[in-house]
Amino acid sequence: MLYNINEKGYYGEFGGAFIPEMLYPNVEELRQNYLKVMAEPEFQKEFNQLLKNYVGRPSPLYFAKRLSAKYNTNIYLKREDLNHTGAHKINNTIGQILMAQRLGKKRIIAETGAGQHGVATATVCALMGLECIVYMGEIDIARQAPNVARMKMLGATVVPALSGSRTLKDATNEAIRDWINNPVDTHYIIGSVVGPHPYPDMVARFQSVVSEEIQWQLKEQEGKTKPDYVVACVGGGSNAAGAYYHFLDDTNVKLIAVEAAGLGVDSGESAATSALGKEGIIHGSKTLLMQTNDGQITEPYSISAGLDYPGVGPMHAHLYKTGRAEFISITDDEAMKAGLELCKLEGIIPAIESSHALAIFEQKKFKPNDVVVLSLSGRGDKDLGTYINYFKL
Amino acid sequence: MMNRINQKLQEDKKLLSIYFTAGYPELDNTVTIIQNLEESGVDMIEIGLPFSDPIADGPTIQASSTQALKNGMTTDVLFKQLKDIRKSVNIPLIIMGYFNPILQYGVEAFCKKCAEIGVDGLIIPDLPVDVYYEAYKTTFEKYGLINVFLITPQTSDKRINFIDSISNGFIYMVSSASVTGSSSGFGDEQTQYFKRIADMNLTNPQIVGFGISDNKTFLQATQFSKGAIIGSAFIKHLTNKAVNKIRSFVKSIRD
Ligand SMILES: Cc1ncc(COP(=O)(O)O)c(C=O)c1O
Repeated sequence: MLYNINEKGYYGEFGGAFIPEMLYPNVEELRQNYLKVMAEPEFQKEFNQLLKNYVGRPSPLYFAKRLSAKYNTNIYLKREDLNHTGAHKINNTIGQILMAQRLGKKRIIAETGAGQHGVATATVCALMGLECIVYMGEIDIARQAPNVARMKMLGATVVPALSGSRTLKDATNEAIRDWINNPVDTHYIIGSVVGPHPYPDMVARFQSVVSEEIQWQLKEQEGKTKPDYVVACVGGGSNAAGAYYHFLDDTNVKLIAVEAAGLGVDSGESAATSALGKEGIIHGSKTLLMQTNDGQITEPYSISAGLDYPGVGPMHAHLYKTGRAEFISITDDEAMKAGLELCKLEGIIPAIESSHALAIFEQKKFKPNDVVVLSLSGRGDKDLGTYINYFKL
Repeated sequence: MMNRINQKLQEDKKLLSIYFTAGYPELDNTVTIIQNLEESGVDMIEIGLPFSDPIADGPTIQASSTQALKNGMTTDVLFKQLKDIRKSVNIPLIIMGYFNPILQYGVEAFCKKCAEIGVDGLIIPDLPVDVYYEAYKTTFEKYGLINVFLITPQTSDKRINFIDSISNGFIYMVSSASVTGSSSGFGDEQTQYFKRIADMNLTNPQIVGFGISDNKTFLQATQFSKGAIIGSAFIKHLTNKAVNKIRSFVKSIRD
């Protein structure tokens, strides 16, 4: 439990639940119940069946032969892009919708940036017949139109967040306000390992299926359960948390977290939280976040809407501070180039978030016998517009 | 010397407390607003230190905070504006702000500065009771500051009693499950909640906030409590009228 959460809800000095009293009953109800509910055999059974038959798990662990040859190492892609709805996000929303049902909630709210988590939430709400309200920044609604349409087709109400900078952080604020206003019948499905305890831990546990599968899949293909490296992009940090989870305390497995540098870490247009952030409080969690000297939260920038968040989850703040994970930042241009390269070498169009992780091979040399597992967190369908504009396709 | 908040709470009247966002509508309105509020007969003032992401606040206070930050309000600017406030103002002053700006300033440095200026207390909605109790209580007390905690209709009796046990001023009673600024008036549900809390006979008096906007809601809120706090309605008044029309607003609440 060196790098995982402690009984007080902290990862080292990060985490906790810095919430207004109005949220306390909701968060406390969840805190008291989440581990108990998750341990119920019935819950386990339903969760695993849905992951298998609805999401399509296990997702393949694919040895990327031509990519490996190019970088002279052994690269496996964990294909979360092949999940239903196109990303890892659904692992968490399946878990949380079952949790919400067990807690007797009738109304589901969520925040979304790129719309991936919004779509994954709208999907499970349709599946269970629950009312779904998704908060999305006005600016993101304009730039992610296909996902807005998907959510609507799935029966969700998409509410524009009009405050502040009108992006993901403000959508999260609006979802929190909705929860304050609806303290009894509503469950808030947070989309990453962020927010007040127990959210980071609960979301990490739902995503931990990723590293659980990596272990036995690697055993089948490489004859060993442990890779030398696990690589993942970090927005809030949920796909990374899932890919790292079962390796957290095994320091033989090196962890690499890839952040979005935007136009460059020092350009003023960046989302590289570990490089630019300081310790503080965002959305109820003590963690690293981008802020002014005065403690006002600043706006991040990345070409990838899913990495465009001014904080990181407390687990990742702890992994950074302790040096357990190596943090690398990748610019828009580097990510776009790496995304296109994967298309050409492996016939896979990645989400731009995942392209950031792929770009590290240009920066960091691996040994010919290293086994590197990379979380391919999502597929690029949602990003076609951005790819088209960028490459003038 | 007794804290001004405790002195005020001993007065035999229902207290009217007003919240405003520092730096709104204009950066330099802070001192004028405070002086006018005191002259108009307000009992206590909550000075809002604006924050970029005020999750417990509705659209009115959010917008005033965004504007105040645009106007250039910072923690340092606020402290500079308040430097000589005790030369002209006697009523209790409370700073209400989110925890992150205070954390960045340094909790102890912030408390020290408040004490130097003559600020009497703090309301930090996202600093949880247990964290305050374990990590910051001694610092607040060292500087003679009263920290005010919130309770809501959903807060359990057990928790209310715990909050009462570590409070030494008043308890901020949030009128209903909502962010600030919702003003549909109070119904039976609220009245019963106000009465339920009054019947608990807590050590600390209660002051009701959220959703109080006029004379009617002020009277309803204070029927079973020591006082009431008005925020969004006052901000709206500042938006529509000018800072020199404060007296008419306060008069409309009291009469
Ligand atoms: C495909 C994909 N990868 C990664 C992310 C970033 O989220 P996280 O860091 O929680 O995995 C997102 C978020 O929208 C996403 O859609």
